[in-house]
Amino acid sequence: MHEFGITESIVKIALDKAKEVQASEITQINLVVGELSGFVPDCIQFYFDFLSKDTIAEKAALQFELAPAQLRCRSCSTIFHAKDSEWNCPECHGQSVEIMGGRELYIRSIEVE
Amino acid sequence: MKKIEVVQNILEANESVAARNQQLLDKHKVFTINIMSAPGAGKTSLILQTIARLKNRLSIAVIEGDVASTLDAEKVKNEAMEVVQINTRNMPESCTLIAAMIDQALKDLPLEDVDLLLIENVGNLICPSEFALGEHKRIVISSLPEGDDKATKYPVMFTDADAVIINKTDFLPYVDFDIPAFRHAVESLNPKARLFELSCKTGVGVENWCSWLLQEIETYLLKVKFV
Repeated sequence: MHEFGITESIVKIALDKAKEVQASEITQINLVVGELSGFVPDCIQFYFDFLSKDTIAEKAALQFELAPAQLRCRSCSTIFHAKDSEWNCPECHGQSVEIMGGRELYIRSIEVE
Repeated sequence: MKKIEVVQNILEANESVAARNQQLLDKHKVFTINIMSAPGAGKTSLILQTIARLKNRLSIAVIEGDVASTLDAEKVKNEAMEVVQINTRNMPESCTLIAAMIDQALKDLPLEDVDLLLIENVGNLICPSEFALGEHKRIVISSLPEGDDKATKYPVMFTDADAVIINKTDFLPYVDFDIPAFRHAVESLNPKARLFELSCKTGVGVENWCSWLLQEIETYLLKVKFV
């Protein structure tokens, strides 16, 4: 489990941002988590319930947007979505690929009252 | 209701501590590698082999990361100049080392006297790939008994590696590990990674790994000299 520290950061970033705009409550936190990132939304939710207690983020809903695992074929430059361990290019069947997307982990926005 | 754009990387907190660690290491010219693998692939054995071959030329310190126990630190204690054990069991992050743990450990090392720092990460092929520690190079070990599919199953770990070590080559007669297929899988993901085949048990191939390491240290020292 390595989501604890990550969730601490999420709470901190959201609270700092809410304070900046003098919000009284955070109602939603919109997160982007890459399919290849190794972070599990359920774990983040579990720690969030605990870490947000007694803060203005206590009732916030976590919204997870999954960023797709996007690969680029080094032979023909096709960009495609990787499924599980199928990492071969669908066009030329090349096996040499570069990760273009899917490792993201960031807060896109927060919704406040 | 008001929506506020944030777009902030959540890993930034770890990354800024990692950058600070690297600055401190660079100040003392300590070349640092982060050694990652599944449990039992040979991280400690590689450290012992590396120290045995290079200790007459370099002063080598080790940071041992484990969920529990000091077993690995005990093994390395008599060989390395200094060992710091980090047990992650009671820490929020138990499956990997993170930059803040290294920040603490560096306080216990006489950095001005260290040339090479070997960090043994927690045995795990997923979590450590997300957390920079401040290292200069990332090393991943895969060993023959694990099977030749690890680069395909854990691609992110291999994508970021500067060097990949195929360990326990002495097992080749007993296991179905297709070395060319494994090399191909790694090269497909990461054409820049250097690959080494070796056996920490017999010592075969360790020399090549150590020569590469010495070259990398030389390149590093030239770089930090002009910073």
